[in-house]
Amino acid sequence: MQHRVFFWFTLPTLTAMVLFIALPIVSVFVQSLHIDHERVIVISESCGPFGCTQTTSVDTEANKKLREEKPLGRYNGLATYTNRSHLAFKEIGIAWSSTKNWSQFFSKALNLPFYKALAFTLTYTLVVTPFVLVLGLAIAVGVNNLSNRIKGPTIFVSLLPMMVTPLVGSLILFWMVDGDGIIGATLQLLFDDSSLSLKASPTLTWMMLIVYGIWHILPFSFIVFYAGLQTVPSETLEAAMIDGASKWQRVIYVIVPHLMPLVVFVTLILLMDNFRVFEPIVGFSAEAHAQSLSWIIFKDLRESANPLYGSAGATSMMTIIGVAILLTPVLIRTKRDFKQRSV
Amino acid sequence: MSGVTEFEPILPVRTILCSEGRETPIWTLNINKEDITVKLKTFVFAVMTIAGGTVAPIGSSAFADCGPSGQSIRILASDFPAIHAVAGTAEAQCGGAAAEFARNHTTEAREIMNAALTTNPAEYTSVIVANSTLTQLMNDGLVRPLNDLVDRYGSHLKSHQLITIDGNVMAVAFMANSQHLFSRTDILEKAGVDGIPATYDEILAAAEKIRAAGIMEYPIVMNMKVGWNVGEVFNTIYLAHGGEFFKPGSAEPNINNDLALAALGVMKALAGYAHPDHLTQASNETQGLWEAGQAALGYMWGSRGGVILDGEGSTEDVTSNTVLSSAPTVTGGSIPGATLWWDGITIANNVSDAEAEATFAALVGAMTPGMVAKHNDDAVWLIDGFKPGPAAAGVSATATGGAKSYPMIPYIGLMHNALGAELVDFLKGTESAEQALADVVAAYVTAAKEKGFLN
Repeated sequence: MQHRVFFWFTLPTLTAMVLFIALPIVSVFVQSLHIDHERVIVISESCGPFGCTQTTSVDTEANKKLREEKPLGRYNGLATYTNRSHLAFKEIGIAWSSTKNWSQFFSKALNLPFYKALAFTLTYTLVVTPFVLVLGLAIAVGVNNLSNRIKGPTIFVSLLPMMVTPLVGSLILFWMVDGDGIIGATLQLLFDDSSLSLKASPTLTWMMLIVYGIWHILPFSFIVFYAGLQTVPSETLEAAMIDGASKWQRVIYVIVPHLMPLVVFVTLILLMDNFRVFEPIVGFSAEAHAQSLSWIIFKDLRESANPLYGSAGATSMMTIIGVAILLTPVLIRTKRDFKQRSV
Repeated sequence: MSGVTEFEPILPVRTILCSEGRETPIWTLNINKEDITVKLKTFVFAVMTIAGGTVAPIGSSAFADCGPSGQSIRILASDFPAIHAVAGTAEAQCGGAAAEFARNHTTEAREIMNAALTTNPAEYTSVIVANSTLTQLMNDGLVRPLNDLVDRYGSHLKSHQLITIDGNVMAVAFMANSQHLFSRTDILEKAGVDGIPATYDEILAAAEKIRAAGIMEYPIVMNMKVGWNVGEVFNTIYLAHGGEFFKPGSAEPNINNDLALAALGVMKALAGYAHPDHLTQASNETQGLWEAGQAALGYMWGSRGGVILDGEGSTEDVTSNTVLSSAPTVTGGSIPGATLWWDGITIANNVSDAEAEATFAALVGAMTPGMVAKHNDDAVWLIDGFKPGPAAAGVSATATGGAKSYPMIPYIGLMHNALGAELVDFLKGTESAEQALADVVAAYVTAAKEKGFLN
């Protein structure tokens, strides 16, 4: 293809990508470098149904002027990135110099909000992704071997978890795992422990979120692999059978290599999806034991009466960087494959 | 503290939800309730029933002074019966005189109000707010002083309804709410507890007796959900200990002290008798446990009193033995551990004076004994003519006992947030109280610097 033709073909896509992806990211980045103007605080008296008290309020006139001059706020450089709510260089430094061994250091570091969230986010991503890949493939192979009559209904049922909105799905499960819910009560009965609570223990909460994550995203990998299975050449399979390959060997040596490009694709999507885990944490009210990077962004924007735009921006940028780091090995592999093929 | 004397034992009962700081998880609310936008242009003298059963009096508009006619009145408010009562009555009385009367009742009001009032002209002419949300609007200078309008249209308002900051009336309150104690007298009796506990120590002793008697393993319920709720529990206990959140006149935190350590001690002791899932429980869950008869001592919102005492969702055993009383004090102390809340109206800055006047006239015109008589049980009204019902006892006793009101300080939201996030490790038992308070201070200072309150 000529370069000119290529350019005109991709121009609409490129324009849309710049407008809707690149520019918003740049804007978030610029915002993350700024913090609010200094507030002029005045002491005042406030009276209401419950009496009068001395209080403070913001001098809005003075503030308005500052804001009109510089709507973005004060330039703060990368200080937001390094403060306690994010990378916490200072606190990490103190933790490093004041602790004697790794476990002490980690317990101090994991007391900081960003690292606490990062720990769960990474664990979630690195556990859910391989499980979903392997189980998705297993289900796809299983369904593919079913007789045609029950294939359709089975596929439909298998897709159900994905059709439920994550927030609604997790809310439903949240009530089911309650001590009075069907799953919670059954577990208590099985383990003969009436105080067993999936919501009260950090370990069980993490397991619950991870199991939910696998359940929810599994249909995606299943349906992609199932589609891929339809393209496996029957000649190769027959040849393998004639060579005496067992079912298992056919899967490992014929089907999986054939689906490898799909595996890479699904891995990419899963890594991105899982790294921004959010809804289950809200749905399961799991904030006490598990927080993710996306949840921190949500908290900065929603939980406070005054949204912390700079903080949210900084966490967003670091989430993007985190995704990029996770994807790098997969992308490098893809590039290598591509080069080999084009040789 | 000064307070409270003005509206004495009046308070009462059967509210549903007020001030609603964050009683319920935000996302679930979205699912449970719809935003209700009602636009009615010309139904004067009409009887209207709007979500929640607000019925406006026929023909009452004949008596209401609606201010300049032909104006556009646009109200943003939270979504519970008391607010429907006020806004619905205003619409029935003055909807005809206005060119447009629009109401947006949404539990998301708090999240959208600053953006909605920042535009010029503002999206709404009035927002119905509570203590904390008024501060949120005032921080950005989005609401106007109401002194002139009060002079012209507010002769029937009581002085305690006027929320005054440095002499400027910034809001007009119409109802109150607070947390307080709920007790099951039958269970207390069975466990051999005399009377209703009045202090934290008595609550703990009673809980221990109930547990020891084998009646309940977890007799206490309270809203300890991580975030706003758990922060609010600390606020109430800290205030009962006589604590202050900030150094006087500044945004410097003042919670790293012995009073806060004592408050945390009480909090953890109480949590030890609460359901193991307490860090996931807010109002809906605690109310559910109470109505299911699984708790004997509750520390919940007054606005839940009416709902718990009504015949729905519970058994006769529970409702007939539930007694509402003042929030507890510390032993030897006198301040009930609660925060008092009010809900009231504000008028936007960025609207024309005529619109502001018409909106104010319509809303305060609804704050009458007639409206209260029709909706007596919907709230703890601060308006003349309110007759406290049986469920009012708790809020009433808490307010008259001298509980503090929720601080109207520009940076209290940041502090509340830091408390809600950083106390959790202590409550889980993975961190010392000292470390938790140090974390709260660090988190607060980081946020306050970003918002420009500290350097």
